[in-house]
Amino acid sequence: MTIKNTIAVLVNDHPGVLQRVSGLFGRRGFNIESITVGQSEEVGLSRMVIVTIGDENNLEQIEKQLYKLVDVIKVIDLSSKPMVSRELAMIKVKAEPPQRPEIMGVVETFRAAVVDVGTTSLIVQVIGDTEKIDAMIELLKPYGIRELTRTGVTAMIRGNA
Amino acid sequence: MSAQIPEVRSTDELREKWMKPEVITGSEILLRSLLLEGVDCVFGYPGGAVLYIYDAMYGFEDFKHVLTRHEQGAIHAADGYARASGKVGVCIATSGPGATNLVTGIATAFMDSVPLVVITGNVISSLIGTDAFQEADITGITMPITKHSYLVRDVEDLPRIIHEAFHIANTGRKGPVLIDIPKDISAAQTLFVPQMGPVTMRGYNPKVLPNKIQLDKLTQAIAEAKRPFILAGGGVVYSGGHEALYEFVRKTEIPITTTLLGLGGFPSGHELWTGMPGMHGTYTSNQAIQQSDLLICIGARFDDRVTGKLDGFAPHAKIVHIDIDPAEIGKNVPTDIPIVGDVKAVLELLNQDVKRANQADAWRAQIQQWKNEKPYSYKDSDTVLKPQWVVELLDETTKGGAIVTTDVGQHQMWAAQYYKFNQPRSWVTSGGLGTMGFGFPSAIGAQMANPDRLVISINGDGGMQMCSQELAICAINNIPVKIVIINNQVLGMVRQWQELIYDNRYSHIDLAGSPDFVKLAEAYGVKGLRATNKEEARRAWQEALDTPGPVVVEFVVSKEENVYPMVTQGSTIDQMLMGDE
Ligand SMILES: Cc1ncc(C[n+]2csc(CCOP(=O)(O)OP(=O)(O)O)c2C)c(N)n1
Repeated sequence: MTIKNTIAVLVNDHPGVLQRVSGLFGRRGFNIESITVGQSEEVGLSRMVIVTIGDENNLEQIEKQLYKLVDVIKVIDLSSKPMVSRELAMIKVKAEPPQRPEIMGVVETFRAAVVDVGTTSLIVQVIGDTEKIDAMIELLKPYGIRELTRTGVTAMIRGNA
Repeated sequence: MSAQIPEVRSTDELREKWMKPEVITGSEILLRSLLLEGVDCVFGYPGGAVLYIYDAMYGFEDFKHVLTRHEQGAIHAADGYARASGKVGVCIATSGPGATNLVTGIATAFMDSVPLVVITGNVISSLIGTDAFQEADITGITMPITKHSYLVRDVEDLPRIIHEAFHIANTGRKGPVLIDIPKDISAAQTLFVPQMGPVTMRGYNPKVLPNKIQLDKLTQAIAEAKRPFILAGGGVVYSGGHEALYEFVRKTEIPITTTLLGLGGFPSGHELWTGMPGMHGTYTSNQAIQQSDLLICIGARFDDRVTGKLDGFAPHAKIVHIDIDPAEIGKNVPTDIPIVGDVKAVLELLNQDVKRANQADAWRAQIQQWKNEKPYSYKDSDTVLKPQWVVELLDETTKGGAIVTTDVGQHQMWAAQYYKFNQPRSWVTSGGLGTMGFGFPSAIGAQMANPDRLVISINGDGGMQMCSQELAICAINNIPVKIVIINNQVLGMVRQWQELIYDNRYSHIDLAGSPDFVKLAEAYGVKGLRATNKEEARRAWQEALDTPGPVVVEFVVSKEENVYPMVTQGSTIDQMLMGDE
């Protein structure tokens, strides 16, 4: 059975690490749905959050193969535990003045924000889990989406773990 | 018959000399660090980006540098050196084309877990990324085929990087590590502080000792098994675990097969040894795997050449997998008892408790019966030389005591089948990548590592032509390798597949236009001999053995011979073509 898995990978922030990790996924035929990287709580280390699609065997291999990389310090399967996951999207939507109130309505219900106003368009920023962002995009589609960009998922385990 | 390898000068004295902190160039740091790591021989080829390094080597005699005639020769030689000695092989090449010429050799070593430190030059740091003359992103190119790699950005990092590289290459699951040194770094000066102590790297901690609970499960499983079988691989040799393995078999009396890379890890004369498994393995090994109820895989990785069709592999067996690399466990075959650890350490612990597999007497008898009924066999001839007979000749005359390297093809399989290995590190062959061109240069490395042993390199007429230029370095350094060419005038293994699988459609396998190998040898100043029948073969081979330096012996053999048994792709390993015997 294929499922979506979210894993966090703590790595040395050496040059080439992103290439090593993404290269490993490519070479071994593992799927990357999204990948985000940034600083971690510790200087010199970065944390990657990778969403992959595969079966259980796949996930186990991904973890083991990642650990073989010298720059990988820790791999955590987030989806096996209760986690908070978020991504951010910016959506440039076509918005002539008559449509604006309606669009603003959508924005408010989603607790999104308008971060730029042009003469015929708005940029809407939305933060949430993947489903929420998918839903928001669906609702804005009828107005005409000019440009869309998503960050990919970043995530953490809930509570004190 | 010794190769000309300089005595490495008194190590203590050297250490003292080199241990002194001093302001020196990156190039000198490199040379000193190599010495501190115990390197006595490197293989390389100069060029613009490594000129500072080569300049530092001018007149330098504390280790030997072998100038090969192609970078591929250098890296395969370093690989052969490592496989035959257990030490790290070292190779140096320049940037761009020098570095890219190493790629095949790096991949070869990676697939077979061979420890190498590969040093490449690169263009000066400020030119990196500009498509400068002779620039190639060699760290990028080789990322999927190295265990780890470094692009040096600051000369101060160099001592640490070299020390780490040797540590990574030769611990855990071994493998090649690349150090890419931009030209300005090799010229820059800094205070050299020698690195000798233990290496600590947060992300790199190979697990050596196994989990005790798993060991107990295995001991229990052995006591219960009626048809236990051992599948041992290269990990036995690489960990130095051959004695512990011998002890394990002595205590349990479980029959054992060794994979292609495991040959020599267990004495072939032992009555419990069943020969190699897999595509060209013995009937006995393959039947034993398929019928076993407990398969103990030790330092082997269930390569598809061993397992055949996975679905249907060892269908009745509880599978035990002992490996230093956790990622191997469950990768191809689901495992019932996983044991992560160094093979030698694991076996030594097991040997403390393990007992004879007492329920397996009928099984042992069955295995002996298969061994007697279905040994490797071929139809000999008095009119034409048979390649199997040639390998038997080499085996008989050297009593299995030589170091044998091979290239890739039919001759490789015949060497694996008919030469009887009794010691580890006496068999050097490209298993995982199957690299033609490997056989001859790897023998040069093996000989450099073992100046006083007999080294025989067995090659096909095809593969010999992929690195034959290295005859020059045998001649000039008096490296006394006996270079055997099994000449069947075709790309034999390809011919075999075309015959058996592609309906006799012999597409582009004719090697007409090959050189006269005797003259080729002579052109380099190496003795060349040829044999076309048994009598000539015996005489030529004896002459080769009696000649102190390098010799090429060409055996002109039958063109039609095939390697049997054979498991064709898509079959389970007990479905074997046995040939006409
Ligand atoms: C670099 C490389 N190219 C191609 C192959 C595919 N290949 C495997 S065996 C073989 C034939 C080898 O012929 P030869 O060297 O004459 O040895 P023989 O099989 O006749 O003993 C070929 C072409 C390979 N293994 N490596």
